[in-house]
Amino acid sequence: MNSILTIYRKELRSFFTSPMAYIFLVVFALVNGYFFTNTFFLYGQSDMRALFSIVPLVYLFFIPAVSMGLISREKSIGTIEIISTLPIKERDIVLGKYMAGLSLILVALCTTFLHYITLINVGTNIDHGAVFTGYLGLALLGGVYTSIGVFSSSLTENQVVAFIVGIAIVLMFFLMDKLLVFMPAYLAGVIQYLSTDFHLSNISRGVIDTRNLIYFGSVIGFFLFMTTRVLESRKWS
Amino acid sequence: MIRIDQLSKDYGHVQAVKSISFELSDKQIVGFLGANGAGKSTTLKMITGYLSPTAGNVYFDGKNIIDDSLDIQKEIGYLPELNPLYTEMKVYEYLKFHAEVRGITGQSFKEALVRVVKDCGLQGVVHRTVGNCSKGYKQRIGLAAAMIHNPKILILDEPVTGLDPNQIVEIRQLIKKLGKEKLVLMSSHILQEIQATVDRIIIIHQGEIVADGTSEELISDAKGMTQLSLELQNADENAIQEMKAVIPGINVSSIQQNGNSVHTILEYSNTSDYRKDVFDHAVKQNWTVLEMSASKRNLEDIFRNLTQDGGQSNE
Repeated sequence: MNSILTIYRKELRSFFTSPMAYIFLVVFALVNGYFFTNTFFLYGQSDMRALFSIVPLVYLFFIPAVSMGLISREKSIGTIEIISTLPIKERDIVLGKYMAGLSLILVALCTTFLHYITLINVGTNIDHGAVFTGYLGLALLGGVYTSIGVFSSSLTENQVVAFIVGIAIVLMFFLMDKLLVFMPAYLAGVIQYLSTDFHLSNISRGVIDTRNLIYFGSVIGFFLFMTTRVLESRKWS
Repeated sequence: MIRIDQLSKDYGHVQAVKSISFELSDKQIVGFLGANGAGKSTTLKMITGYLSPTAGNVYFDGKNIIDDSLDIQKEIGYLPELNPLYTEMKVYEYLKFHAEVRGITGQSFKEALVRVVKDCGLQGVVHRTVGNCSKGYKQRIGLAAAMIHNPKILILDEPVTGLDPNQIVEIRQLIKKLGKEKLVLMSSHILQEIQATVDRIIIIHQGEIVADGTSEELISDAKGMTQLSLELQNADENAIQEMKAVIPGINVSSIQQNGNSVHTILEYSNTSDYRKDVFDHAVKQNWTVLEMSASKRNLEDIFRNLTQDGGQSNE
């Protein structure tokens, strides 16, 4: 546990000592703000659904960008050799890095609270429960995408490759249920169940179902496990 | 203290390390010497648990590196080749990170920090960013991080590569000091470096140990030959070859026609001196001796001899 925290603090510090985290937060806030307020006053509806449908799209590019360097950079500058020969389990390294990446995503998500405040001030009959579950869904989705980003970062020592592989996997999960019409009927159910959108839409509607939570938890677990295995693979003889 | 038992490592079809075994005891500096690609780094990476051996194992204190890598890693300080560092951290933060991972916090961290800053001479740079330090300082920062937990074993992979002569002397002195309290295993491909610092030399070539001992032992093992280099006029190659019959005990190791003179190298055991016999023989044959110089074979010749066929395999 201690070493997870040590890795976590190290990664968080390296995010915030470089301009990267700040640029990321500002651009994330601007992009979401633009798309949300663009239609907000036009439609005059007291909900945040516009935001909850735009953030997953922004995630598609932002999360792979945030997480691309988490492991690949250690590989390219050689510090992976230092961190791997310290008495830390590979699992703890992965968890610490994952939590740091996810923290940055959650902080970014917090910048959109501004729109909620606007809504409270100008809106009427706000369904606060739906806002809460909407944010919960976005947090879980961020968790899934970050685990994919960490995984793709572990595959290569090139950050650009990690970024592109990350986008490819994330996009696959995102698009799965949009391609259902092309799927044979017997596969459709499985594919739909695997897609993130299917589970996200349940949560965003205000329904918190354990099936959806288990889905998000197991996808995160799967990718973190795979990342750990990739790190351990250098020892396979 | 630490026992390396029939350690092997294959990279695909290339056998980088071929079943090497040796034991290292406490409080000594051991130099791991070999040409580039001889398998030094691979061996060190297996001892530190970064790579798993294809066969064999490393034992320390009843534990082995395959099953108990975390326990052994607690006792080891490791400075990898090329000294990778987190350049965006401050020196202080970098050392703190290493200490935290090893469970050293609070007062004991302060004490450890004071110790390594003093030992490694980091007084001036503690609050600087690692990336802005000079190469010599970076090397010492890497070393300080490796010894923040006062390990029993210090493994240094090419610790002086790329440093200027003054920095080399400083690091060398530091290593010598550390060797009084710990086991230091350092690798190098530069003989002079190893010879000046270590108590024991292990020479590795193409993944195999070809020599192991103190530098004196290595020299006497090589049967201490003296080489006599001669430059003669009016001599022909056949006549020089015949000298073997006239002066038993010498060996003609090379003859080279050099314009109108002949350059030849004779070899004989350190225990006798044939210079007078050779000179007398030359006078008898009417050869003109232009040059004659004897040199004892040194460690460098031995190293070159042992590792002669290039060392082309992958590291």
